[in-house]
Amino acid sequence: MGITVEGASKRFGDFQALNDVSIEVPNGSLTALLGPSGSGKSTLLRAIAGLETLDAGRVMIDDEDVSKKPTQKREVGFVFQHYAAFKHMTVFENVGFGLKIRKWDKAKISDRVHELLRLVQLDGLAARYPSQLSGGQRQRMALARALAVEPQVLLLDEPFGALDAKVRKDLRTWLRNLHEEMHVTTIFVTHDQEEAMDVAGQLVVMNEGRVEQSGSADDLYDHPANEFVMSFVGEVNRLGDGFVRPHDMDVVLDPDENTEEAMVQRIVALGFEIRVEFVLADGTEVWAQLTRAELQKLELREGQIVYLRPGKTKSFSGDSPPNGSGASTPRGSQGGDDAEVSAAA
Amino acid sequence: MSAHSGNGSRWGLRFLGLGYVFVLLLLPLGLIFYKTFEHGLAPPIDAITSPDGLHALKLTLIMVAIAVPLNTVFGVGCALLLVRHRVRGSGIIDAIINLPFAISPIVIGLSLFLLYGTKGWFEPALAEAGIKVLFSVPGMVLASIFVSLPFVVRETVPVLQEIGTEQEQAASTLGANAWQTFWRVTLPAIRWGVAYGVVLTTARVLGEFGAVSVVSGSISGQTQTLPLFVEKQYENFNLPGAFGASVLLALLALTTLLAMNVLKRKEDA
Repeated sequence: MGITVEGASKRFGDFQALNDVSIEVPNGSLTALLGPSGSGKSTLLRAIAGLETLDAGRVMIDDEDVSKKPTQKREVGFVFQHYAAFKHMTVFENVGFGLKIRKWDKAKISDRVHELLRLVQLDGLAARYPSQLSGGQRQRMALARALAVEPQVLLLDEPFGALDAKVRKDLRTWLRNLHEEMHVTTIFVTHDQEEAMDVAGQLVVMNEGRVEQSGSADDLYDHPANEFVMSFVGEVNRLGDGFVRPHDMDVVLDPDENTEEAMVQRIVALGFEIRVEFVLADGTEVWAQLTRAELQKLELREGQIVYLRPGKTKSFSGDSPPNGSGASTPRGSQGGDDAEVSAAA
Repeated sequence: MSAHSGNGSRWGLRFLGLGYVFVLLLLPLGLIFYKTFEHGLAPPIDAITSPDGLHALKLTLIMVAIAVPLNTVFGVGCALLLVRHRVRGSGIIDAIINLPFAISPIVIGLSLFLLYGTKGWFEPALAEAGIKVLFSVPGMVLASIFVSLPFVVRETVPVLQEIGTEQEQAASTLGANAWQTFWRVTLPAIRWGVAYGVVLTTARVLGEFGAVSVVSGSISGQTQTLPLFVEKQYENFNLPGAFGASVLLALLALTTLLAMNVLKRKEDA
């Protein structure tokens, strides 16, 4: 059940949430919509589910135009960032909700719900209420609820956004494994590039209501189409007109024709990885990612003058970024959370 | 602030709060109970079980039975309209719904006269159909509905806003249509807000005096609700009767409140 969106546009008042967006999601794939807040990724996901109506464009699921179909007939499973658990129902009733709507008989519902609860490892908690579950358990319950009705496609809107770091990581792995078992076409929205790369086979990078680039994680990392993608999927330094990844910055103690003088400003140890921040002669701030061994070999200390040799510099012709520093913060992160924007409609 | 002065001001506040409630609320109510049973149980029970007393009780319960369900359905529907659909002019609707709170019940009663009284707008058509609104039950029901209209809306709107739309959206992705979503997801989620509105509506209808008094004519055994019965007994210097009916009214209202508390406790357990 592939998903195709063609020329989708959506405006909320003055805010252009989607601007002529087209994407193609192959059958059985696990695709991430990646972008900063306000990039339109949640709006796009909600439009696929029919929770948002498009001003222009169309949504196709399995080659059928579903643009005019109401949500309840699209057969999509949807998982919300804040779980959207039915608070007055038990875990069992939550998961069985869609089946009850479809008028399954009680015994069949019970079998199916328990099967799903085993799948999401909540089998002993069927009689609990959502308020008695942890965040991670609630989200697994929401996932079981969405999967119960055997949806054609599974849509997840920042599913791990409200969870703490450890639980996020566990659930990511778990989601990837689940997808390998079930093979239901899945799209999930995230603003976390690491999460997107960890979970998804295909990534669609969005910014300011447009698709910037789509492809595999390697594609995007090694061959970014523009500055935005380069700075959003991974860290980046700006040097003149070029961009270079912090791990492609060689630090040497002797100058040659390819090096630039820099002063060590700060050394931050992040476990195995060491982040060394420099300031160049022209005041530009850059940083390099070193290993512990590299740092020990160089014997760097703060205030020292060293030389940087940037390898694999990338430059994008034409559009110059508004902020000339080496900051790795992406543009376009102004504006509220897209879920909130869409709720105002 | 030191712990010592914090303690002092806390006791002060407690004393002030409880004192206020005691002098203004509990003392007068308590006195009514005392006065009612001053000479034993017989006089108030006699007054209430008189034919006029029983009729007044029955009529009051009829008012509740008609006005409360109507205002509940209307109130929930109206709250949904205001919160979920944001139609044009919802700000004005919101303000208009509060009118019964702001306008004196006497004025409400008089406005019904303008519509249904002699030379009123609707009077000719109704007279032709043989329906008598004023000085009879329909007019009293209209007055009761008018004065108790805002409660369910006011109690439901904030709860609807608080639960948000995500649960409803989740229901629709699971295949539920608008009607199923309302019955299975929205209504259970707002039920305590609605229940509280129903309790307040019931209490108001039970106790309404002004508007009902104007349109009913307060005819004993015919158009007399319990509050009107109380007034009549009081005017006729039948104090045990007046107090007896008052206590009955207070007990009805208390029962309503208790019923909700019991239900809620059951729910929380």
